[in-house]
Amino acid sequence: MTLDWNAFTPVSALSGGALIGLAAAAFLLLNGRIAGISGILGGLLRSQTGDIGWRIAFLFGLISAPLAWTAAVEAPELTIAANYPMLIIAGLIVGLSTRYGSGCTSGHGVCGISRFSPRSLVATLCFMATGFTTVYVIRHLGDF
Amino acid sequence: MNRYNLSAFAVGLVFGLGLLMSGLANPAKVLAFLDLAGDWDPSLALVMGAAIAVGLVTFAIVKRRNTSLLGAPLRLPTVKHLDKRLLLGSLAFGVGWGLAGFCPGPALVALGTGEIKALVFVVAMLAGMGLFELLEKRRAG
Repeated sequence: MTLDWNAFTPVSALSGGALIGLAAAAFLLLNGRIAGISGILGGLLRSQTGDIGWRIAFLFGLISAPLAWTAAVEAPELTIAANYPMLIIAGLIVGLSTRYGSGCTSGHGVCGISRFSPRSLVATLCFMATGFTTVYVIRHLGDF
Repeated sequence: MNRYNLSAFAVGLVFGLGLLMSGLANPAKVLAFLDLAGDWDPSLALVMGAAIAVGLVTFAIVKRRNTSLLGAPLRLPTVKHLDKRLLLGSLAFGVGWGLAGFCPGPALVALGTGEIKALVFVVAMLAGMGLFELLEKRRAG
């Protein structure tokens, strides 16, 4: 392992992370709900009366963020290296698995760990472990 | 629009801004964090750390309440035990995350930039979630 000091962005990482934590905190304090993105999105596919509006509103806010960011700061820098077949496979896996595992980086990784949920701690260790492993295999073992 | 939808919109927006500011919305940055054996960028560990630090305080406060500040009931997960679904689901999620560098929140934020690759990922993710609902229905008989 070598640390890439040029890529390391501690200030924006800490402030952005705090903003994410604040949003998760505000959602719980105001709406009484966990800000887990996969659950909010996936719940749309399981229609219950009166359960759609806030989900749409949250997702609309999330998707509007780049517009606000571009207006206030700059156009966000996004680099998506994966090709289309890879994106489709990854998307299918992420969609199916986050519903089976009852959460993703936000619900388990941020909210769950914050409330000392053993399930979320285990889930986070699991997806971090396979995340590290997958990138290792792709970048250092295989020729994908 | 009622007050809950309004606050959900505001929270979604702030959450998205946090993802953009932190770099988590950028798959290249995520993959640089997951690449322990390469030129490692530890930034995302700080993102998680800061988010959790803020979260810890809130959850400690909320634990003493029964309703939210707007009067909604608190809906916290009630399942406590570890099961195969949680373990296998989370293990598989890490694989999907590592393949493209996208998890659900950042993918939706990237969609908002108009990036066609993000759209493809999000559509596939929705298909995966739809597949889950179908399998659940079949399981319930």
